Amino acid sequence: MKSNLHMYVMAAPLLTAFLVNIFGRNNRKVIAPMVLGALGLSSLLAIAVLKRTLMLGDLSYTAGAWTPPWGIELLVDPLSALMLLLIAAVSFIATFAALPCVKRDLEDRQHLFFTLYLILIAGLMGLVLTADAFNLYVMLEITSITTYGLIALGRGRAPLSSFNYIIMGSVAASFYLLGVGYLYLLTGTLNMADIARYLPALQGTAALSTALAFILIGLWIKMAFFPLHGWLPRAYTDAPDGAGVLIAPLMTKVTIYLMVRLMLTFQSPTFPLISMDVRTLVIWAAAIGIVCASSLALAQRNLKQMLTYIIIAEVGYMVGGAWLANDQGMTGTLLHIVNDALMTLCLFLAAVAIAYRTGSLHFDNLKGLYRRMPWTMAFFTIGAFAMIGVPPTCGFYSKWYLLLGGIEAGQWEFVVALIFSSLVNAVLFFRIIELAYFGSLQDSEHHAHASAEPQEAPWWILSPLALTAVLLIVVGLSTGPLVNNIIRLMIPVGF
Amino acid sequence: MESILDHVIAKYNYWIYVVLMMIGFYAMIGKRNLVKKLLGMNIFQTAIILFFISTGAKKGGSIPILDKYAALQGQVDVNQVVNPLPHVLMLTAIVVGVSVTGVALAVMQRIYRKYGTLEEDEILHKIENE
Repeated sequence: MKSNLHMYVMAAPLLTAFLVNIFGRNNRKVIAPMVLGALGLSSLLAIAVLKRTLMLGDLSYTAGAWTPPWGIELLVDPLSALMLLLIAAVSFIATFAALPCVKRDLEDRQHLFFTLYLILIAGLMGLVLTADAFNLYVMLEITSITTYGLIALGRGRAPLSSFNYIIMGSVAASFYLLGVGYLYLLTGTLNMADIARYLPALQGTAALSTALAFILIGLWIKMAFFPLHGWLPRAYTDAPDGAGVLIAPLMTKVTIYLMVRLMLTFQSPTFPLISMDVRTLVIWAAAIGIVCASSLALAQRNLKQMLTYIIIAEVGYMVGGAWLANDQGMTGTLLHIVNDALMTLCLFLAAVAIAYRTGSLHFDNLKGLYRRMPWTMAFFTIGAFAMIGVPPTCGFYSKWYLLLGGIEAGQWEFVVALIFSSLVNAVLFFRIIELAYFGSLQDSEHHAHASAEPQEAPWWILSPLALTAVLLIVVGLSTGPLVNNIIRLMIPVGF
Repeated sequence: MESILDHVIAKYNYWIYVVLMMIGFYAMIGKRNLVKKLLGMNIFQTAIILFFISTGAKKGGSIPILDKYAALQGQVDVNQVVNPLPHVLMLTAIVVGVSVTGVALAVMQRIYRKYGTLEEDEILHKIENE
């Protein structure tokens, strides 16, 4: 069905980005209401889009009235509507915490920060909406360029981390573009659904394998799939707090969704995209990635750095789950995209809250935090439980599906890696909980100026954290309807 | 030997793009100077742009500016016209490339102001000594 509704979801942050730049320059007070207003509107519209796609089916918008496959189509089905809602909601929640952080860190550059911030959100929404392979490249670069800028605004060695990310990100984007070029040469079209029509005839040709390999490697670098993850830990650790809460939950997850969407679009009974030997290779890489990233997380002595390695391990979960190529694995992957975005958001918000009060996230600094920031640490604990996979938090359910998928496919290395990673997560988080709960302030060298009085993070950071922690449990408990009404619908028969 | 040479000559445009791409890739991965890395990135992107453009070319093809009505009635022979779509795509890719280079240069300026050098080894050395 033709519709403009989903375009407004993306247009709200995009247009506000320019308005924030113009009006926020002279009057700092207008920035917060404008950004929150735009993202709030986006979230409401995204809910409307999700409802409408569930009732009426796919919504499509053709840019400039050029009909597809020639023109660019922006298509939304229930699954992309769910992703759209996830992006809108996560960015809306993250903005509350970003505002005070940016006000403190980048006093006179707030309007510039939020211009980039909003364009990044619009780009992420565009990635989810577009049905055109080349348009996807442009959106990918819009999100990447804004991310480079946001990361470079951080302190310390942030510019260097950002530069390394620029190099790796450009290699990734170029690989993707090259893959799209090969596909265009082979099929003569750039519309994804249209490309999928021509693929069965090209089965087994070297050119097609090369094209798909280039596209996949490009996306894997962008999502930091082990062993292509090198840029991520430093870039995400050094990003300013206000940018980290947005980038960490969304960037990798949206890229994984893109890979899944390409797989679901191209896969058909006559064209088995996922051939047996490649599949085993990818799942092995995912399993090794999960184990290595989890082990590296153990070696970190800084909370934020530890979280970045956990993100890399989680990427392994989702890529592996998608390539298991069965119903359970795919369900687990799609569910985990939603859950992991929320879990990462919760943990990063908690980290930002702690950093806002104590100034450092080094483990030595976390001692006695339960006494000083009881609420923050309570919500952090919920986030940690979700990451470990304790029911009824949402992390348990998606991991359960992934495990079932691994067992069904007989990929035992993946099952073992998942269980190992859950155990390591338990060790990681209980170590922090122990430090923060039992660690006495007296042993700390900071005891002179660190009082034991409760000293919570400001409401602007604490309330989104509380909301996310509640969401973790709510989403966990509503796993059934989510899977049955949205995710199962989108997985083609014979997967 | 001769057949390989024929192969290379027949598809020389693709060979040029592959060679350029490898040069760029080497500079990005192998060089330790940030400016050289950025130059490598630009060569890499240019190689891909050239690849796309060369795919649109046809022997004896003319510019793709056509009479709308003639085109609609099917009087235009597609073999006589260069495919314009890769050119259009590459206009966008060039814009993307320029913006990435711009951001990279700005970031590099901040690195230089902070550390006084653009050699990666020296920068890492300075960070360790901080």
